[in-house]
Amino acid sequence: MFSRRAFRLLSPLLLALPACASSTSAPPSSPAKAEAPPPDVPFPWEARPSTAAGTETPAAASPPVLIRNATLWLATGKTISRGSILLRDGKIAAVAEGDIPPPEGARVLDAAGKFVTPGIIDTHSHLGVYPMPGTVAHLDGNEASSPVTPDVQTVDGFWPQDPAIERAVAGGVTTLQILPGSANLVGGRAVTLKLRPALSPRQMHFPGAPDGLKMACGENPKRTYGVERHSMPGTRMGNLAMQRKAFLDAKKHEEDWQRHRITEANRLRDDQKKRAAYEAQLESRNKQQAQCKDDPYFSSCAEWQKDWDKPLEPPRPSDPGAAPARDPAKETLIGAMRGSVLVHVHCYRADDMLAMLALADEVGFRVRSFHHALEAYKIRDVLAKKGVSVSTWADWWGFKMEAYDGIPENIALLQESGALPIVHTDSPEGIQRMNQEASKALASGRRAGMPLTDEEAIRWLTYNPAWALGIEQRVGTLEVGKDADVVLWDRHPFSVYASAEEVFIDGAPVYQKGKKRPPWSDFELGQDTGRPTTLLPGGAP
Amino acid sequence: MTNPRSPRNTFVSSLFVLTTFFTTTEAFAQPARPAPAPAPAAAKTAEPAAAAPIAIVGGHVHTGTGEVLDDATILVEKGLIQKIGKGLAVPTGVATIDAKGAIVTPGFVDALTSIGLVEVSLEDSTRDDDRGGKDPVRAAFRAADGYNPASTLIGITRAEGVTSAAVVPFGGLFSGQSAWADLDGDSRESTLAPGPLALHVHLDGSLNGDRGGPASALLLAREVLDDARTFQKNRAAWERNQSRAFSASRLDLEAMGDALAGRVPVVFHVDRAADILAAVALAKEFGLRPVIAGGAEAWKIAPRLAESKIPVIVNPLEPGPTSFDTLGMRDDNAALLHAAGVPVVITTADTHNARKLRQVAGNAVRAGLPHAAAIAAITSAPAAALGLGAKYGTLAPGKVANLVVWSGDPLEIASRPLAVVIRGKKVDLANRQSALFTRYRKLPIAR
Repeated sequence: MFSRRAFRLLSPLLLALPACASSTSAPPSSPAKAEAPPPDVPFPWEARPSTAAGTETPAAASPPVLIRNATLWLATGKTISRGSILLRDGKIAAVAEGDIPPPEGARVLDAAGKFVTPGIIDTHSHLGVYPMPGTVAHLDGNEASSPVTPDVQTVDGFWPQDPAIERAVAGGVTTLQILPGSANLVGGRAVTLKLRPALSPRQMHFPGAPDGLKMACGENPKRTYGVERHSMPGTRMGNLAMQRKAFLDAKKHEEDWQRHRITEANRLRDDQKKRAAYEAQLESRNKQQAQCKDDPYFSSCAEWQKDWDKPLEPPRPSDPGAAPARDPAKETLIGAMRGSVLVHVHCYRADDMLAMLALADEVGFRVRSFHHALEAYKIRDVLAKKGVSVSTWADWWGFKMEAYDGIPENIALLQESGALPIVHTDSPEGIQRMNQEASKALASGRRAGMPLTDEEAIRWLTYNPAWALGIEQRVGTLEVGKDADVVLWDRHPFSVYASAEEVFIDGAPVYQKGKKRPPWSDFELGQDTGRPTTLLPGGAP
Repeated sequence: MTNPRSPRNTFVSSLFVLTTFFTTTEAFAQPARPAPAPAPAAAKTAEPAAAAPIAIVGGHVHTGTGEVLDDATILVEKGLIQKIGKGLAVPTGVATIDAKGAIVTPGFVDALTSIGLVEVSLEDSTRDDDRGGKDPVRAAFRAADGYNPASTLIGITRAEGVTSAAVVPFGGLFSGQSAWADLDGDSRESTLAPGPLALHVHLDGSLNGDRGGPASALLLAREVLDDARTFQKNRAAWERNQSRAFSASRLDLEAMGDALAGRVPVVFHVDRAADILAAVALAKEFGLRPVIAGGAEAWKIAPRLAESKIPVIVNPLEPGPTSFDTLGMRDDNAALLHAAGVPVVITTADTHNARKLRQVAGNAVRAGLPHAAAIAAITSAPAAALGLGAKYGTLAPGKVANLVVWSGDPLEIASRPLAVVIRGKKVDLANRQSALFTRYRKLPIAR
């Protein structure tokens, strides 16, 4: 279902931007439409193989897993207080109240007193591009050499040996979006990954997930370029001007390709007409010759024969027009305008967000999620109406001027107003306990008198981020048929004492609390790093 | 002043140096730490202005020593706890705080913050946590001199039950002297404990750009301490210009007197196990009272720290091997240290979000620290480690009346402070953030 959806998004691009090579070798006899666009056009990235053979979590090799007697937070708005969930062949095979008979060979986990949720999804991570340990050599998250770089992509900078990856999994995170940093107005393409040990992010790619586009408002770009280098942008005015120009240039690029496509289509049609005329002529001559051969005294033969002396040459195919140059940067922005690349904007202040929404309307793209968005509560009515999600923290504030008005009720107010709040981390620390971040946001809302439910809050970590990343058909809730990306918690997930006891991705366990195992990261081999452990019994009351 | 190039979080500091570090990810833009030096002179105890007496009645009282009193009453007057026990009579006319069914703890203390020194991290004009300049010796720099009792961070922090903070200077090798701030009051005199709290030494950063780690830090530290000792021993010779040349200024050498005499602790910010041992050896050589801050790999040498009862200030939310100095960082560091008998202090190592101290302590419990030890690690342990155990950190007669009444387990996220008392006065839990919330509670706003 999902891949079809992805194809639908992709196909208009294929139709609109034919490959520059497609027309040169078209035989005159075949109409242009017979030539299918090569698969790598116009976005080579979108042909990215999701999971290279042999590297996917061995879901098929994992026996079915039946978790019984658990409290199931479905993240659909429903909770089953004593139920069972069956994971089989990488998918959620059954969810039920009470018991499910264990299939043959199933591993059965009794989870009395424990909780099951969908795997947590972080829409905003820089793991792998700003990995641990922090070294100059591994700063691969900001192509801060130019403020508009839509053509760079985090999948090319991600270090799959980042020790933070395994630690995030231990916190119940199964999927994340790796974004470029916010030095740039347009930072590049983000990739969505499933967290599994791998030698390349291409082996972690969430099958069929669309890419994101990272943009940034406000202080960071103007500080990076204006303050530090005295180059544009040095102000918020400069920010918007350059972003506008980038999109207008991309539109021009698209128009150039459209014009080229039409010109080529016309040329091929003319060639085809000439060829058809030639073939008609040839056929007619053949017919005449055949007839005159049968009946040399046919009355028209003498007349016809005069023509036969003239050579009948096939028309030469015309020369193809020069195609506009391919431009991955502009193609990415075109993808954003068409919705095949989802737009994620780093933006704090209410006025900055409104300015970005105005730009989006003006040049023609939709913001899928504002990130950080500490002042989203001030414009939550607008965000709810426009269907823009908000990826933010529970309580960060004050680290710069545009973060001065952050309040801990931001997420709760967004929820109340019908907007789509998301708990994100932007942090290798926060990502290890996103359940607590949601819990803090929930507690702040309740303290302020808002009657929020656990069922709403779990969606801040699961369904809502899945929607923001365009993968809500595959993950984000506990529903039959979805990917078996599931977390078993040792207690109520919003307790500070809660730990993920076991984490499944595609039905296979990727983390088991207390189980000694070699580190995922080669970096941690052979040196005494501290890994997520539970050597001592917990001291929780 | 200038940017906090301080160490502490080596990950952060190393990235700091790099180009667009700030712009990189907001994570890195998170605050810098702090560290403090207390109030100038004034040997007078900071007795709170005579607050009206109050009684906290009927709570489940954690005294901070591990003792728990059921249905106890606490009588507070003149800013101090006067009496504590079951069935105490409340004198007529005394205002009461009903704590029936609630939990009462000492006010929480974050031992490593820049509260009051930093308003907006990326705006240098709002920072007073770093003396700046090229000279890494800044022992005379006092956090107390820059402390802003009107900072918005104060009300925001205490609303989560943090009543005191060590306010710490950063930058350089000898960063300066910290101060102890109670998070209420309208002047430095009425909010800071008198005198310098501790001297802060950073062995975890680089002194000059990207070169020079602990080896150069130790070299310079030893030289400066030796000079300070010489200076202290024969001040008169210096005044007569009969001393050899010293490596630090007069004020810095003078400021080290309290530390060399053991009157204030020296907080060494250091993470790698071998470097912690070097700091301990340095302290021994000069007769200092060491406290280890950071201590990512302290668990590896826990028995040796326990032997000398050297306190360790840890942040249990440190995320992993964020630098080559913290490769051994692990989430049960606090639990392992405690089990070995090391005095453990828990910090957020944060400034704007020092309010999440109880969540941080809760995570130490999650990783194996006993609950009572976690409460102690944010109450009595920081007070004792920083030399203020006689006045702060527990609920007992004679102690400064900093306490919190909680709706439930104070370390649990869903709990909240019902009442916060600082220096004997019930404080307002409203703050700038609650004012923003109130204004935007209904849209469109009216103003």
